[in-house]
Amino acid sequence: METLAAFAPALPEIILAAGAMVFLMLGVFSADNARTGVFIGWLTVLLMAGVAIMIGTGGAERVELFDGAFVVDAFSRFCKVLILGAAAVSLMLSFGYFERERIMKFEIPVLALLSTVGMFMMVSANDLISLYLGLELMSLALYVLAAVHRDSLRSSESGLKYFVLGALSSGMLLYGASLIYGFTGTTSFTALASTLQAGEAAQNLGLIVGLVFLLVGLAFKISAVPFHMWTPDVYEGAPTPVTAFFAGAPKVAAMALLLRVLHDAFPGMLFQWQQIIVFLSVASMLLGSFAAIGQTSIKRLMAFSSIANVGFILIGLAAGTQYGVSSVLIYLAIYVVMTLGSFAVVLAMRRANEMDETIGSLAGLSQTNLPLAVAFAALLFSLAGIPPLAGFFAKFYVLDAAIKAGLTPLAIIGVLASVVGAFYYLRLVKIMFFDAPGEAFTQAEPAVRWVFTLSALLVTFYVVYPAFLLDAAGTAARALVP
Amino acid sequence: MLTAVFFYLFAVLAIGSATMVIVARNPVHAVLFLILTFFNAAGLFILLGAEFLAMLLVIVYVGAVAVLFLFVVMMLDVDFAELRAGFINNAPIGLIVAGIVLIELVALFVTGAAGGLPASIPVPAPGVETLTNTEQIGRVLYTKYVYFFQAAGLVLLVAMIGAIVLTLRHRDGVKRQSIAAQNARTPATGLEVIKVPSGGSVFPASEGPR
Amino acid sequence: MTDQSTLWDSLLWLAINVGLSLALLVGLLVLVAYLLLLDRKVWAAVQLRKGPNVVGPWGLFQSFADLIKFAVKEPIIPAGANKGVFLLAPLATAVCALAAWAVIPISENSWGKWVISDLNVGILYVLAISSLGVYGVIMGGWASNSKYPFMGALRSAAQMVSYEVSIGFVIITVLLLVGSLNMTDIVRAQSNGIGTSAGLPSSFLDWHWLVLLPMFVIFFISALAETNRPPFDLVEAESELVAGFMVEYSSTPYLLFMLGEYVAIVTMCALGTILFLGGWLPPVDIFPLNAVPGIIWFILKATFLFFMFAMVKAMVPRYRYDQLMRLGWKVFLPLSLLAVVVVAAVVQFGGVS
Repeated sequence: METLAAFAPALPEIILAAGAMVFLMLGVFSADNARTGVFIGWLTVLLMAGVAIMIGTGGAERVELFDGAFVVDAFSRFCKVLILGAAAVSLMLSFGYFERERIMKFEIPVLALLSTVGMFMMVSANDLISLYLGLELMSLALYVLAAVHRDSLRSSESGLKYFVLGALSSGMLLYGASLIYGFTGTTSFTALASTLQAGEAAQNLGLIVGLVFLLVGLAFKISAVPFHMWTPDVYEGAPTPVTAFFAGAPKVAAMALLLRVLHDAFPGMLFQWQQIIVFLSVASMLLGSFAAIGQTSIKRLMAFSSIANVGFILIGLAAGTQYGVSSVLIYLAIYVVMTLGSFAVVLAMRRANEMDETIGSLAGLSQTNLPLAVAFAALLFSLAGIPPLAGFFAKFYVLDAAIKAGLTPLAIIGVLASVVGAFYYLRLVKIMFFDAPGEAFTQAEPAVRWVFTLSALLVTFYVVYPAFLLDAAGTAARALVP
Repeated sequence: MLTAVFFYLFAVLAIGSATMVIVARNPVHAVLFLILTFFNAAGLFILLGAEFLAMLLVIVYVGAVAVLFLFVVMMLDVDFAELRAGFINNAPIGLIVAGIVLIELVALFVTGAAGGLPASIPVPAPGVETLTNTEQIGRVLYTKYVYFFQAAGLVLLVAMIGAIVLTLRHRDGVKRQSIAAQNARTPATGLEVIKVPSGGSVFPASEGPR
Repeated sequence: MTDQSTLWDSLLWLAINVGLSLALLVGLLVLVAYLLLLDRKVWAAVQLRKGPNVVGPWGLFQSFADLIKFAVKEPIIPAGANKGVFLLAPLATAVCALAAWAVIPISENSWGKWVISDLNVGILYVLAISSLGVYGVIMGGWASNSKYPFMGALRSAAQMVSYEVSIGFVIITVLLLVGSLNMTDIVRAQSNGIGTSAGLPSSFLDWHWLVLLPMFVIFFISALAETNRPPFDLVEAESELVAGFMVEYSSTPYLLFMLGEYVAIVTMCALGTILFLGGWLPPVDIFPLNAVPGIIWFILKATFLFFMFAMVKAMVPRYRYDQLMRLGWKVFLPLSLLAVVVVAAVVQFGGVS
């Protein structure tokens, strides 16, 4: 029993994984219909909420498990709560949609749950092997979720595309990891960090090549330019709630993993990876902002928006400081709220039983459905970074971190990109409020309405009490960068 | 002496057949060459003294995975001439990219990539030499690496669920055999004796009212 | 692999091994010839016929007559066939089947172990090589460029892969009791067991067939399926597929297929003997019995298993394909998985080892 008690820090992961298997059994042995699916879906949401409370109220000390392959600290706790929140909310959004499309299966929440376990492993990874296994567990479940609407050609196509490119990126990542292992003889982050302390170790070319390949693999997962090409197609083709899921939790996990790898394993190579991150950041911001302008599908627009946002998040990472890390975490939290809110709005864009996801269908929304229009406008203003909404602070912190780290040119490009970005966000607002109205949307189900209302309120009134998020992110950042 | 001979035999065959996998015109031949590659890799494992891994490679990859590859490739009716045309169109670009990457990597490693690192080759734990390598793997797999082992198990579980979710279809109106139900049948449940009055007609109760 | 310091040492080592291998193979092939005859005789006896009785006394030379007949016939290669693969397929079957014998120990005495290569992962090697048997079938079926062979090949691919899983788990239960993957160790471990713990001399009660009786049954049935023997010979079900994957084959290639198939069956019998019937150990370790050379016991036991195979072939009607898959995946797999858990738990907590 003592040996079992030693696994207590990994309890959230164990509970989620065991829960997934229990739900799977429950689903297999119940009636094969949508009600079972929704029932198990709500059970999953409950489980996630319970685990989130457990993690949130747990201690904050750093614990290493499994021979140092798994680490729990304030940083991982922050990210895990965020991931659980994002995953649970996007699951709640999905039930109505899947039921209407007649594809509600109990495997969907189970896969989401297993994918969440993968994200947890990524966040807690302290070894190249656990990094890869976590990443693969998450991605594999996501590929399946993307293709879950198997009678829809576009859903299948997006699943396949995501799978092929994801496998390619995994290959790159593994190649990089094997180079790193080959040159240093270790896969543990702790050991890597101490190896790199020694003299000229960080100048080793082979190691740098390995790091580059590792970063390429991870850049695929966070869809940073130039490894973003799957994002718009997958976002557009996948069922909308699945897209909402993609845009939230996995982004947090991949970004947290990136932070963890760079700060825990390669602090000695800051100079080398900083250049790469700066390039990724600039390219993502510019491409995300400019390419979004011409889009007509709201899901594609959200895809480019998420690429641009990743660019902004990478600014904070490029800073390479504790402040940078905390700014990234704040940005992630606010980004998740904004994105989920926006996707709730997209899910509300439905006439009779037809989803209409073109931007044109939003025309005159203020006259047909004022609450929805106001909520979406608040979210868009926030995404555009208009003060005093939450999105402004998110951008402010990362830019501030970059300036303090001496990356002023990067910050300037960031500001310019956010001006371009503001153009297309505000265009949507203009369409909603000043264009001639079309047919009204069907009333959305309660979960969707709750989500967009709540997220709009959150981004609007974030300014009233920012200390909570600031403190939490600060503690988390201290755990990662002392 | 023999070891060296076998090393070069396996290595050359492995590289040669790996090349043939991508060069072979017929996809079935390509899979057969892939199998040959696996075999030679297994041979190299044996030379390294890792006979357990070698056998697992053969059992898992050759005995199961490649069989299913072969299965699928044989059943697929793909127009390979057409695919090949696409391949030839894209080949120059692919070759250029691959060439550049190769030159860069070679240049990197030739120009002293190994410098600056402390020599840190992991040392085997003492006492390990006397164990067979099955035992060595068994000792760490479920203790030191239990986390990775379980995580890999979850990855496979997801793959399994995924395959079922994406392909299993329950068709309506198909009569399925239930062997348990068949075995549970007794004369009492399967047989109904009815008396037919002469000149009249009777329907068995199991047929329902008419 | 020991260090062969000089060329001569290497060559000597090579020569000895080649000689031993040849001796084993010749013995094996002669044995197979007579087991084939036994198979036909048993089958005939069940059907109240006489069986082969013309060539030689009691038909003893029948198999050799068949051999000559096949060897001198004309090999026909169909026009649309993929020639290379078509001819490679029977060769693959035969070579894989024979290669498995490299690690099968047939006896042990004061001279040492009677085995070509005493691999310490011997049982895995046998499993690996027997899983390759499917390639001959699938290649032959595809290369014939004909519908029936192809369908036979597809059936076999699914069937053999399925039953390998349950065989694998059955083997794991034995390995859990033995604690070694070496075939000789597996046999040695069977000299102690239930019987000796009750104070009896080492006897047939100690062999694994008793302590793992359900596993022995599963192994036997899975071995039938793995070798495509009736009642699981859907690969070559005459009533449905003419002769399955062998439709287009004739002459020596056909002979090689049949040879490979029978050698694979004998391998499974030998494996069953080693895993469950105590290999070369005498039934009871007392004077007249333990003076008999181990190899005799080994051959007797393997022949007994082969006799069982033949009886099943004669008596049981052929399975339907979906039932075959159901049996493999829904019955044997859970059962053998459960058995692994139970045996592991007993070994760990029950103090049995």
